Amino acid sequence: MYAFKYTQVGSVDDAVKAAGSADDAKYVAGGMTLLPTMKQRLASPSDLIDLGGVSQIKGIRKDGNNIVIGAMTTHAEVASSPDVRSAIPALASLADGIGDPQVRNRGTIGGSVANADPAADYPAAVVGLGATVHTNKRTIGGDQFFTDMFETALEEGELITAISFPIPSKAAYTKFPNPASRYAIVGVMVAQAADGVRVAVTGAGPKVFRQGDMEAALKSNFTADAIKGVKVSADGLNADIHAGADYRAHLVGVMAGRAVSAC
Amino acid sequence: MTVNVSMNVNGKTVSADVEDRTLLVTYLRENQRLTGTHVGCDTSQCGACVVHVNGKSIKSCTMLAVQAAGAEVSTIEGVANGDELHPMQEAFRDNHGLQCGFCTPGMVMSALDLVKTNPDPSETEVREWLEGNLCRCTGYHNIVKSILAGAKAMRGA
Amino acid sequence: MNEMLDTGIGAAVRRREDNRFLQGIGNYTDDIVLPGQTHAHIVRSPHAHASIVGIDKAAAEKIEGVVAILTAEDFADYGGLPCGWQVNGKNDEPMKEPKHPILAEGRVRHVGDPVVVVIAETADIARDASEKVSVSYKELPSAILVDDAVGAGAAAVHEEAPGNVCYDWELGDKAVVDAAFKGAAHVARLELVNNRLIPNAMEPRAAIGDFNRGTGDHSLYTTSQNPHVIRLLMGAFVLNIPEHKLRVYAPDVGGGFGSKIYHYAEEAIVTVAAAKLARPVKWVADRSESFISDAHGRDHVTTVELALDKDGNFLGLRETTLANMGAYLSTFAPAVPTYLHGTLLAGNYVTPVIYCNVKAVFTNTVPVDAYRGAGRPEATYLLERIIDIAAHDLKMDPAELRRRNFIKPDQFPYDTPVALTYDIGDYEATLDQAMQASDYAGYAARKAESAKNGKLRGRGLISYIEACGIAPSNVAGALGARAGLYEAATIRVNPTGSVSVLTGSHAHGQGHETTFAQVVSDMLGISYDSVDVIHGDTDKIPFGMGTYGSRSIAVGGAAIVGAVDKIINKGRRIAAHLMEASEADVVFENGEFKVMGTDKQVGFGDVALTAYVPHNYPLETLEPGLEETAFYDPKNFTYPAGCHICEVEIDPETGVVEIASFTAADDFGRIINPMVVEGQVHGGLVQGIGQALLEGCVYDDNGQLLTGSFMDYCMPRADDFPNFVVSTNVTECTHNPLGVKGCGEAGAIGSPPAVVSAICDALSEYGVTHFDMPATPSKVWSLIHGGKKAA
Repeated sequence: MYAFKYTQVGSVDDAVKAAGSADDAKYVAGGMTLLPTMKQRLASPSDLIDLGGVSQIKGIRKDGNNIVIGAMTTHAEVASSPDVRSAIPALASLADGIGDPQVRNRGTIGGSVANADPAADYPAAVVGLGATVHTNKRTIGGDQFFTDMFETALEEGELITAISFPIPSKAAYTKFPNPASRYAIVGVMVAQAADGVRVAVTGAGPKVFRQGDMEAALKSNFTADAIKGVKVSADGLNADIHAGADYRAHLVGVMAGRAVSAC
Repeated sequence: MTVNVSMNVNGKTVSADVEDRTLLVTYLRENQRLTGTHVGCDTSQCGACVVHVNGKSIKSCTMLAVQAAGAEVSTIEGVANGDELHPMQEAFRDNHGLQCGFCTPGMVMSALDLVKTNPDPSETEVREWLEGNLCRCTGYHNIVKSILAGAKAMRGA
Repeated sequence: MNEMLDTGIGAAVRRREDNRFLQGIGNYTDDIVLPGQTHAHIVRSPHAHASIVGIDKAAAEKIEGVVAILTAEDFADYGGLPCGWQVNGKNDEPMKEPKHPILAEGRVRHVGDPVVVVIAETADIARDASEKVSVSYKELPSAILVDDAVGAGAAAVHEEAPGNVCYDWELGDKAVVDAAFKGAAHVARLELVNNRLIPNAMEPRAAIGDFNRGTGDHSLYTTSQNPHVIRLLMGAFVLNIPEHKLRVYAPDVGGGFGSKIYHYAEEAIVTVAAAKLARPVKWVADRSESFISDAHGRDHVTTVELALDKDGNFLGLRETTLANMGAYLSTFAPAVPTYLHGTLLAGNYVTPVIYCNVKAVFTNTVPVDAYRGAGRPEATYLLERIIDIAAHDLKMDPAELRRRNFIKPDQFPYDTPVALTYDIGDYEATLDQAMQASDYAGYAARKAESAKNGKLRGRGLISYIEACGIAPSNVAGALGARAGLYEAATIRVNPTGSVSVLTGSHAHGQGHETTFAQVVSDMLGISYDSVDVIHGDTDKIPFGMGTYGSRSIAVGGAAIVGAVDKIINKGRRIAAHLMEASEADVVFENGEFKVMGTDKQVGFGDVALTAYVPHNYPLETLEPGLEETAFYDPKNFTYPAGCHICEVEIDPETGVVEIASFTAADDFGRIINPMVVEGQVHGGLVQGIGQALLEGCVYDDNGQLLTGSFMDYCMPRADDFPNFVVSTNVTECTHNPLGVKGCGEAGAIGSPPAVVSAICDALSEYGVTHFDMPATPSKVWSLIHGGKKAA
């Protein structure tokens, strides 16, 4: 790791202030991606602003027809939350499948979403459940949040405070993990959400995306059979040593079908 | 930047001046000379460095020492009661759950966290829980057996 | 087994080394901190092949805390890293053996090739400063894959190796074998790749150099499987330090699997630097560095053909292989695809004639050397695959085809056509045992059940033989070995009767501290707790050749037996004196020296005390003390063998392969500790199944390692496997005193073809008869997707 200055803050305002006064600050939430990246010397922030002490953005609450999860809530807390498990079991099970137990004890929903790894699981939930991302400045719709590979709508210094998930009438997430890293080669969140059917795919492309043809097919007939005939194009999908674009395209269909069956 | 970091490790308050960038595992190994916590990779996957911070298992190679300031940390060195092995350690010994011993401290610390939340895990649950702990010697067979036996012993204790 | 002891030979004694490992109080190299220690970081080549145009150290030298920056010039007085085995090719042409410099001399030949060493007060400063060292390169065309490297116009890795060929070696009479093929009713043929693997012992390599200016003694602490070999290679061939001035200490070592046999540059670097600086110098690899600096394994491209008569009897076998050596010859690399591979091609079968041609090839990749099994997995894989192909071609049952061709128990000792003499075995017995243990007969029901769940089930069955404890030294020497292949042991009986066993067999997970103590306490009839096993330190252990090739019990154990026999013989003379009896009448039983036919006896402890307090002692004819050393040079290899049966379930929608069951029945000869043996089998199986399903080293066209971390190199995890069903069937080795054979590598040797066979069986309806490992979901899906479902 390159040397940096570490600052622990107790509030969102202090975090933003600290970041603003540094050369090249980065917020660290759970640090499950940032710290390994820094260890490999692939990132060299001048300052790390640790959000670990910002208790105001931790925790899970039910707010009307939404589950609101503070940005600094760990994956393990989401996975074991009775509120999440009863309202959106798909979200709890998604969180329970991220990384490994030790990663889930440190990694946070805010950190994962802000990082926007194309193979991360949470983006599928944010888009697939039609969530809203709350920041220190504004709210951003889930569909607008992820802009490109590791790119989001967040502005310089802007900080996620919470994510609210409308409770769907049913939803399921199915993941095909990379055998080595266990990140998603393809992960599909299927939901019958308040605003209609959503099918969000992570891992397959440069960023999470919605599969419109499947959504259309499921709208009239919410069964696995309904999407059997939907052709998923391999154009623009990721290809690496673990999976080619064709295989990923195929897996989108398989995972989506299994998710629908699991709903 | 150098900072003084204190924490409670295995029931004792310890402190050292370290750089901001010092990892918890480095703090434990080099500043506290608790070398039972190992480093087997640099991508947060192997789990040889697993310790407990405030009662939860974490990878000490992916946490800064300064982030653990004031925390309760337990490492493999704090598991046995003097010379008497903890039932989980005893189960590893009795079931040949280790060979070269390098992954073992992380395995034991991980297993103890599992049993805390799931006192009676199934074989499948144990295998899935070990996703973050790599072993190259045992083929996992006897590690799984050890954890099941250790959990049983702890239930009986 | 000594009936008085429940800790003797054959008992599942719990391991004594576990006590320290379980409490985190082991002593691995990185745990050692020497006073005044400095830290080394190595600047490595980012290119597969390039000329070094210039090295600018100025900026780095200015950084506070930097102690020294070393380049190849600082090592000009030293030799290159030696190769321990010279293989001669056709017409006795010696292999090409280009220099393997400690630090790159003007040219880098693989990503990871060490170029500059930065030594600083802390590891962080060393790494920070290493980034300020500016090395300018001129990139050169590279040769990455073996088939490309031998092609026309390929880039030359070394000018002295035209066509990148290190040697072109053959075994067997090609004309005779070709003739056998001409008369064959059927010839099965297969092209295959034995995938390149990265060993990844959990403890990364580390080394600490130290130098005592007062005495001129050098010390090297290192993660080695064989400290005496390192002392010999580094002292005699590289640094010119005589043995008595060089201590090599390998403390607790976190796994090796072959990768810690070799003498690596970093060991020489820290030893030299410590002497230059008169301060200890420590180097510890991070995992990313291990990926590009530890010797890799396997990487063979092979064509194999099997000739059979109309009844399925084997008539002959032909193999040609390109074996990747990487950029330089690692310590034992040349022996792996030749004497550890070609000689195993008879397998468990009567194959009258065999021809093997191996070309070793230099490429711009990390050196390749022995990895768990070393040559034997490659031989077993090609042989068992081609037998399956033949069974498929001839529509014969694969188990029956093997059974038909097995060497039968009454044929031992059996001379193979590839230079080995098998002493003993019973291959049908292990086959039957494995079939029974796997519920072979119930397979159809399981397959139907899988089909009901939408899964494709398949089964693979293989037999394997391996050769452990490579020997004898004079034969190995005639074949090019530059070292002996014996082992040494010293038994030091202390005055109060406790025993220190000093063994040259290093332990890094095998449990020698327990199992060797079992052997000695059993033989001497003394308490297990009074026997201590010491290994790993050249200052303590008289000599040793180390641990590799499943040799520890078969060779190291036999040396211990030799030393114990000497102790007993001397003890008998002392006892005879004490009991005023004739030496010929004294026998040793259960820890007592007894005069036959009388009730006179004297205990082992009394004899020990007498040896050191020789008041009533035959001083005129016998020297005091009770310490004996024995060297054991085996007469032959040992030949463990067995049968592995794998059942897989495949999800046809995703291509995911699950190991539904895995059964191994092995003949390891006499078993010292069944618990430890089972553990060795489990570990070997997971490495072998890992090769078949998960692991594969991938370079891109430019020689960049794409599988350079655990994010991309798929390590086996707990949830990839079921529990294994393992058992042993014993035929005792006929030529060593314990009747033992060795068990460390068998799992990794037998399992890859068993898994591949099972997958091919599951995919038979898609016309799949072979594919190259690993069977990733993507590959299996492609096989299904591209295959034709039989009507």
